[in-house]
Amino acid sequence: MNTYKFKIKNLDCANCASILEGSLQKIDIIENVSISFMTERLTFECTEENKNQAVELIRKVIKKEEPDVKLEEV
Amino acid sequence: MSRKSSRQLIKIIVSLLLVAISFVLKFDIEIFHNILYVIAYMVVGYDIVFKAVRNIFRGKVFDENFLMTVATIGAFCIGELQEAVAVMLFYQVGELFQSYAVEKSRKSVSSLMDIRPDYANVYREEGTCRVDPDEVRIGEIIFVKPGEKVPLDGIIVKGDSMLNTVALTGEAVLRKVMVGDEVLSGCINCEGILKIKVSKAFEESTVSKILDLVENAGSRKSKSENFIGKFARVYTPIVVIVAILLAIIPPLVVKDALFRDWFYRALSFLVVSCPCALVISIPLSFFGGIGTASKMGVLIKGSNYLEALASTEVVVCDKTGTLTEGVFKVQEINPIGCSQGDLLRYASMAESFSTHPIALSLRQAYDKEIDEKTVTETQEISGKGIRSVVDGKIVLVGNEKLMEEYNITFEKSEQVGTLLYVVIDESFSGTILIADRIKEDSYKAIQLFKGNNVEKVVMLTGDHENISASIANALQIDEYHAELLPQDKVFYLEKLMTEKSSTGKLVFIGDGINDAPVLALSDIGVAMGGLGSDAAIEAADVVIMTDEPSKVADSIQLSKKTMRIVRQNIVFAIAVKIGVLILSAFGFASMWTAVFADVGVSVLAIMNALRILRMKVMK
Repeated sequence: MNTYKFKIKNLDCANCASILEGSLQKIDIIENVSISFMTERLTFECTEENKNQAVELIRKVIKKEEPDVKLEEV
Repeated sequence: MSRKSSRQLIKIIVSLLLVAISFVLKFDIEIFHNILYVIAYMVVGYDIVFKAVRNIFRGKVFDENFLMTVATIGAFCIGELQEAVAVMLFYQVGELFQSYAVEKSRKSVSSLMDIRPDYANVYREEGTCRVDPDEVRIGEIIFVKPGEKVPLDGIIVKGDSMLNTVALTGEAVLRKVMVGDEVLSGCINCEGILKIKVSKAFEESTVSKILDLVENAGSRKSKSENFIGKFARVYTPIVVIVAILLAIIPPLVVKDALFRDWFYRALSFLVVSCPCALVISIPLSFFGGIGTASKMGVLIKGSNYLEALASTEVVVCDKTGTLTEGVFKVQEINPIGCSQGDLLRYASMAESFSTHPIALSLRQAYDKEIDEKTVTETQEISGKGIRSVVDGKIVLVGNEKLMEEYNITFEKSEQVGTLLYVVIDESFSGTILIADRIKEDSYKAIQLFKGNNVEKVVMLTGDHENISASIANALQIDEYHAELLPQDKVFYLEKLMTEKSSTGKLVFIGDGINDAPVLALSDIGVAMGGLGSDAAIEAADVVIMTDEPSKVADSIQLSKKTMRIVRQNIVFAIAVKIGVLILSAFGFASMWTAVFADVGVSVLAIMNALRILRMKVMK
């Protein structure tokens, strides 16, 4: 398990962040997903081989729920 | 103000002007007013309506944008045009303020953490150039001018200077450095030009590690944040459902009830149902708390630890290096029949060939050149001491056993520490006490712990019983256990963990190097002297950059203050919302009051949270 960190931009409000976090938690291949509204950080854990697939799934969820939000690798 | 914010502000002003025009020009025909109101509404709220429509297709009906849109359009439908515009305006003003406050607190925390170097001056084949610290490779030579930040960790190859560590430790301490010394990124060079050979890449350097740690602190959420998140997830749907029932049932059931009145009340419910006011102020408070702690030189790895610190019940300290300085120094020189200087001189000369820590302490205290030719016949007597001939005189330095072996008559002393008996030319000439000293700051720390409702302070140490007893006594420590092996420390820590109350937390403070198991076992593991020790930063939950234990007490205080503000915000926001819900259900509150319960509360809660950034820890 590795921890991956992303910058997550354009989140409207703290509640949206918390709801989005809830939806991301439903993705199977990742664990300990966390969105910090204040620091605009998304962190999650997954195995190295699953990383790309995980990022794809995350982007999909974000596109569906918060289309204005941008995800950037740090 | 960001571009987005200024656009928002312009929208609000234009909309306000339109409303004002409608007030000033008293048209006879109502339709003109109505048109003005609709335009004002669209100007200020089009983005909300747009997002709301988009959300309907995604099934997100409990979203703020959707709720505000339904509430205001509903108001239009029952002819409350003025109210609809006002609610949308007020809501946008609140949103604007909110994003301004968030932006501002992000900025002020990052300025508290203003240690990221912008550039590095590096020597390359094409000459000297200014590059991003990221682009500097290990082994390259960089130079740092006075007033500049050291951009990367490295070793000085040329020059000497004074470095200011304020950005890293929270205290303006000047450190003298010269060729061969290791320097840490984030320090400010105060005097000469330094040439430094880079020993770590930027992402591995001290600055990056610290920044990374603080930026990720938000990922470990506190119980309060999780609570409010869950609360919001049930609160909004419940209020919305109640609103729907309120619009439908009373007009059907209650005699003479007007649908219009109840519909209006239901709209107010929708406005109050927005959860953001509740949710924003909690992470903001923790964020402020963590930022303020960083400024004091305390790195807290997560909101959960900041929250837990407030209920500290037991503090367990390691002794050496935590409560004491961890360096053995000559503390007392008690000569008999000679001067202090002579006693120290003979003792340190006699020990001049020894590499024993005691010999090092003696030489450090003597601090003068030793002419080694005058020292001969040095003999180490294992476990007892040393015998040398200094200036033709036989000098014995050692413990009681040495005295007994040479049949010297001496006065036994009960002083705590390592006591050296010195004999010059067969006559007992006095004692030298070498001991580890208690940090001045430790006294203050223990007092502060007790002043912050810590019930028990415990010391665990591998050191001798008598030394530990005297330190525990001097510092007024409640409980201590001495002569412990590492596994014994684990045993006592587990015992203390089971003895404490279930809500109270146990804090362990150590140097972070040999305490990994105990750091992991305790509720909150604190490592001291984090500056320059990667191991400590890795292992602990809280890192104190300096070596002052009182900073732990300061953090407990900061944590209590943060939690007070968090609780105030939760209670205040929920109370106002429920109050307004009740009032509007009975028709005593207008939509104006409802919009206050949403944005007004969030503005006040944010301002309350921002107080943490201004907090000064009592010294």
